[in-house]
Amino acid sequence: MSWVPLILIVLAPLFFAAVVIVRPSEHARTIATVGALAQFILTLPILTNFKWDAGETVQGVGSLPWLPMLGLEISVGVDAVALMLIALTTLLGPICVIASYSAITEKVKTYYAWLLILQAAMVGVFMARDLVLFYICFEFTLIPMYVLISVFGSTNRKAASTRFFLYTFTGSIIALAGLVYVVWFNAYGLASDVVQGAGTWTFDIGVLTQSAAYMSGTEQGWVLLALLAGFAVKVPLFPVHTWLPLAHTEAPTAGSVILAAVLLKLGTYGIYRFALPFAPAAVIEYAPIIATLSVIGIVYAGLICWVQTDIKKLVAYSSVSHLGFCVLGLVAANAVGLSGSVLYMINHGLSTGALFLLIGMIYERYHTRSLREMGGLAKKMPVWATFMVFFTMASVGLPGLNGFVSEILCLMGAFQADSAWAAGGLAPGATYGNVGPWIAAVAGTGMIVAAIYLLFMVGRICFGPLIEPAGHDHHDDDDAHASKLPTDLNGREIGVLLPLAALCLLFGLYPQPLLTGLESSVNQQAALVQAGAERVFAAESVLTLDDARAPVEWVAETEAAR
Amino acid sequence: MIDKIALIWPEIILFATTCVVMVIGLSPSAGVRRQTALATGIGLVVALGFAAFSPMGEGAMPGMMGYIKALICVVGLMLLMLASGTVDRGYEASLASGKGHRFDPLRSSRGEFYAFFLFSLTGAMLCASANDLIWLFLALELTSLPTYVMVTMSTRGTRSQEAGVKYFFLGALGAAIFLYGFALLYGGTGSTVLFGSDGAPGIAEILGAQVASGAGINPIAMTGLILAIIGVAFKIAAVPMHFYTADVYEGAASSVSAFLAFVPKLAGIVTIILLVSLVGWGFGADPVTGDGGGLPPELRTMLWVMAALTMTVGNTLAVLQKSAKRMLAYSSIAHSGYMLVGIIAGPGGNTVENPLVSNGLAAVLFYLAVYGVTNVGVFGVLASLEAPGPDGQRREIESVDDLRGLCRSHPLLGWSMVVCGLSLLGLPPLLGFFGKLPLFTSAISAGEITLVVVLGLNSAIAAFYYLRLIGAPMLEERPEWIETPRRTPLPMRAVATVLSAGGVVTLAVFGNQLLAASESAGTYQAIDRSMFTGQNAEAPAIESPTPAIGRGGLESGAVKGVVEPVAAMPAG
Repeated sequence: MSWVPLILIVLAPLFFAAVVIVRPSEHARTIATVGALAQFILTLPILTNFKWDAGETVQGVGSLPWLPMLGLEISVGVDAVALMLIALTTLLGPICVIASYSAITEKVKTYYAWLLILQAAMVGVFMARDLVLFYICFEFTLIPMYVLISVFGSTNRKAASTRFFLYTFTGSIIALAGLVYVVWFNAYGLASDVVQGAGTWTFDIGVLTQSAAYMSGTEQGWVLLALLAGFAVKVPLFPVHTWLPLAHTEAPTAGSVILAAVLLKLGTYGIYRFALPFAPAAVIEYAPIIATLSVIGIVYAGLICWVQTDIKKLVAYSSVSHLGFCVLGLVAANAVGLSGSVLYMINHGLSTGALFLLIGMIYERYHTRSLREMGGLAKKMPVWATFMVFFTMASVGLPGLNGFVSEILCLMGAFQADSAWAAGGLAPGATYGNVGPWIAAVAGTGMIVAAIYLLFMVGRICFGPLIEPAGHDHHDDDDAHASKLPTDLNGREIGVLLPLAALCLLFGLYPQPLLTGLESSVNQQAALVQAGAERVFAAESVLTLDDARAPVEWVAETEAAR
Repeated sequence: MIDKIALIWPEIILFATTCVVMVIGLSPSAGVRRQTALATGIGLVVALGFAAFSPMGEGAMPGMMGYIKALICVVGLMLLMLASGTVDRGYEASLASGKGHRFDPLRSSRGEFYAFFLFSLTGAMLCASANDLIWLFLALELTSLPTYVMVTMSTRGTRSQEAGVKYFFLGALGAAIFLYGFALLYGGTGSTVLFGSDGAPGIAEILGAQVASGAGINPIAMTGLILAIIGVAFKIAAVPMHFYTADVYEGAASSVSAFLAFVPKLAGIVTIILLVSLVGWGFGADPVTGDGGGLPPELRTMLWVMAALTMTVGNTLAVLQKSAKRMLAYSSIAHSGYMLVGIIAGPGGNTVENPLVSNGLAAVLFYLAVYGVTNVGVFGVLASLEAPGPDGQRREIESVDDLRGLCRSHPLLGWSMVVCGLSLLGLPPLLGFFGKLPLFTSAISAGEITLVVVLGLNSAIAAFYYLRLIGAPMLEERPEWIETPRRTPLPMRAVATVLSAGGVVTLAVFGNQLLAASESAGTYQAIDRSMFTGQNAEAPAIESPTPAIGRGGLESGAVKGVVEPVAAMPAG
């Protein structure tokens, strides 16, 4: 597979963003639709050309030199995980653009241009094979999102956008320190014959992934802490989740969709791509702490959802809760947990993205998000209510819909990641892991809480006596403000929801293609993590991590054994 | 003597230009006087030519001299464009409007302004050529003294006069402190030469011999060094000598503020690098491999605290400001703190093929260029626009409110502000990020992890106010009660601003040459390490012409180069 199509899906939206800017604003939405669709259509050949069952997991690799004095390269390539997330991103692109037709009527050029730039930056994150390129795209997503929230958000948008920017910016700078430390270790801390590419200053993710695991337990612990500072804020993990409800609530609909569906995944993707292979032993050593934070997030955010009356905030908090499962699967550090987690990233993107779209459609009609002012809408908007119930069920994790598969896999991974290895080495076939059934069991209650709050929400807003915001009818008659939207969903709105619904159903009933596609990438990642952990744990016969780095002879021995 | 003159041709050119500018500036004809800026520009271009082909300098960092001089010329040209119309504008406007008036030579001060402008640049250049304490002192003063006058004459208001006086008194205090430090340094070593050559030992060699003898660095000399650095901190606006910054930058015209934020800072940073390199970064290094050395603990602690405080104080106070100019003044303090991080990191061990990433000095020199270019842009936006003040007089805009909606009313200037502001924040993929990256990597290479975290957290604090600075032009609407600022009728200022923004973008893509230049400029040739560690029993007497002294120190600098990376692994 060539790397040209990968570059194209970054350049296409940027090109159309430029066209949006130079053309008059009445064409903006058409051009943006074409741009987002172009990006999506250009993704399709990549999906078909990708060899899903190949042993070589990173494909479409290519690079251009860029500031060689700093060791930087524009270097791209995708594995199955990255490619699936790219596909999710490009699929949501046109959906977000089309869903914004009626909501955004002012400053359309600014809006669509930044939306397209955001699309480019997000796929850039997933395809980067150079650490700095990754970081650049990762950081750059902040600016478009900042603009989208702070110009097009609702009343409290200034505070929301600023908090969003500051939280993630602060975290990611600390993460940069951790990443640079790994680069430094690869260049100076490692003999050049241990790993190919060691002993040179390189930001190549492939090389660093191999060599970082030679860091001592202590170093890994600090690197993990630094990386989590960046990625946990993005996920967001309890207790650094406080930016999210505000940002989600204030963002325009498309902003919320992208935020929930893709931007949060940058955090989990960062953990998957960097934290796991860079600090494998530390991830396993500190898995109980991270898992506990995830579980607190799952249950605590779930309970908050229960008492929410702002429907958008409710779904926002449900993201915090859901992403907890995702992180739980990641720190389980076994193949089951990882594949569940990756699957969860996709599925959460589909179902929560759709929920935000649905809430946006309601907001355009009633201009309120309060559950107190709305209820029983199924009578008035049956189509909308059908979708609402459907996506709520997908989000709850109803068997047969997509959420279920990934949630179960995450929990299974966590359950299996038992500390059985603690007593005198590893049983054959077992893997290192430090989460265990107890934590998994508590996390499982999160599914119940999720069922409670989501059903509570859907019961309230869809069924029961019809409640509409006061003055809504007058509002409809008022020509100056009357939206041209019909009472129930129009064709365009159904059109953006249908593909998502179809995928939710498909991935729920028949997730096997996804799982098979992910298999080789995820297995390789899990093996890498396990090997890295083994290296530290075996070298340090006691399980507490201390300063001792793996002795040189031992390292040579392991290499010889390969 | 002849050798030395070969090193200072750019300074000689600038000095000659200064004389020409002064003479032209005395002309009784307004038309001739207007040519002063042109003459200044020509002088800078010629000096740039000489600087580009500058020979290697003296001392431990021979490559730094040419780089610094070229940088001064390039940024100097941008500052010159920015400075157009700073003086005499009101007078010339009244001349043009009132037909009956005749040109009154007494009321025009162009000649003086541009001459002082050039004098200050010459002084900054001389700092880079200095190899003697007296020379260094004179060069620093030559950098600063003209700026006091430039501040005072930059606007006609009383604020400029107040700022000038404030700047002068505090500057004199700073000069007194570093002069005192220089005196103690001389007292502790008995030499005023920084790096000796061919048998005549300089301060660096004498300090090295003191360490080698086992007595450690003479406390008087160390006190002198620390005092000198604290005094020079005034030039770079570092804590504890930063108090003047906001008031002076606010009082001066924006074009002069931009000048203050770059030229004295550059002179100060160069001086601090020279002073610190007297003791070097190899203190307490492993005698065999040359690894693991650092600054002497006292010096490191002092610089560490200074860097951390400078970053934090600058950024924190900037958050509280309403005036964009004061905000930029505090941000300029913070940027000095970032540069100090690179000085603490030092030249590092050149053990892999990309030494730039581990050489803090090269990182600082690169950062100076990055900051110089970006700085012109942010101040340029303020200098290119004017709005009515409280008294109804039009004057250069100052507050963040004036910037609101700028991207709509003046797209080029507005977007320049956004680009340059984001670059100062260090947001990738703009130039500022690539300036910070080597600082990060070199500090991590030097093991200064805590300082890196402080630097990172400070960048996050900085996001608070840079977001306001870029949000106002990009995102906000101009409220009714704020009048749209008008472009000043001085196109050169806008050109400088747009050039700066363009540089910020293009250098981020094509900046490899600049990085390479700063790497060779930052190459540090340590003087003989064996003298520091005392391992060499028959350590050469100072008089003996060892090849390892001064310029001949290449061999010892290469000691680290031959160490295999495996040395960093424990022996097992």
